[in-house]
Amino acid sequence: MVEWTDKERSTVSAIWEKIDIDVIGPEALARVLIVYPWTERYFGTFGDIFSATAVLGNAKVAAHGKVVLKALDSAVKNMDNIKATYADLSRLHYEKLSVDPDNFKLLADCITIAVACKLKSALNPQAQATWQKFLSVVVDAMSSQYF
Amino acid sequence: MTDIQPLFGKERAVMSLNAKDKSVVKAIWAKVSPKSAEIGAEALARMLTVYPQTKTYFSHWSDLSPESPQVRAHGATIMAAVGDAVGKMDDLAGGLISLSELHAFKLRVDPANFRILAHNIILVLAMLFPADFTAEVHVSVDKFLQNLALALSERYR
Repeated sequence: MVEWTDKERSTVSAIWEKIDIDVIGPEALARVLIVYPWTERYFGTFGDIFSATAVLGNAKVAAHGKVVLKALDSAVKNMDNIKATYADLSRLHYEKLSVDPDNFKLLADCITIAVACKLKSALNPQAQATWQKFLSVVVDAMSSQYF
Repeated sequence: MTDIQPLFGKERAVMSLNAKDKSVVKAIWAKVSPKSAEIGAEALARMLTVYPQTKTYFSHWSDLSPESPQVRAHGATIMAAVGDAVGKMDDLAGGLISLSELHAFKLRVDPANFRILAHNIILVLAMLFPADFTAEVHVSVDKFLQNLALALSERYR
């Protein structure tokens, strides 16, 4: 079981409160597609995602970015039970979507960078450490049903 | 999109840093270089705080907190070297021979840590220059730092 101190819990909540899902979601997903272009393989139905300009203007990317980031809300609200909370989503990503779980780490990093752009120095080193710990627990949970 | 280049005639497989990447990196470096010391200090401080396993390379320092003068000074040193590498992008391996030997024979830093430090450099750039650190700049800088890491680990084996 993952241990969270009170300080870590309040740090994660405080950061989450400052995040506008409708802004950070699209930005994080766009960054993933632009910085790690092999991730394009998972979005065959999204139309043109083959240049930075296309990705940044693509409505399906933006919509999906919001969906993905909204799903983090369950983790924020269930910090003591993240693994169980994401079991079904993990199975979906393995069995139906066939997503290489390494991509979850890439997305987590892009979310953190998008958050850093927004919060700037308010995301101090300790807050960054807590936030990345939180995301790595989510990444582990998302990888947990791959076997 | 990445260029597909033939590997024949190259001594080692290298990722393509194309002309666009180089000009993007030079442009962002011109913008951020006045804050090079601060960027380096922040990046190293965050690496040590967020990825505690990296502290194992600095057991000779008494203070590994983000405010540590040793940490901040060393971060500045590292970033100055990164800045130097910006000017050597046409031949990173050739231009960084002594640094590469240092990392291979003396420091022996596990190359996985270059990726970790790169992540923190990128994060600090995004934090300090949010308007300039667009996704396009992000990918070129990421490629540059990856190539830099490759050049530094050239002599490992």
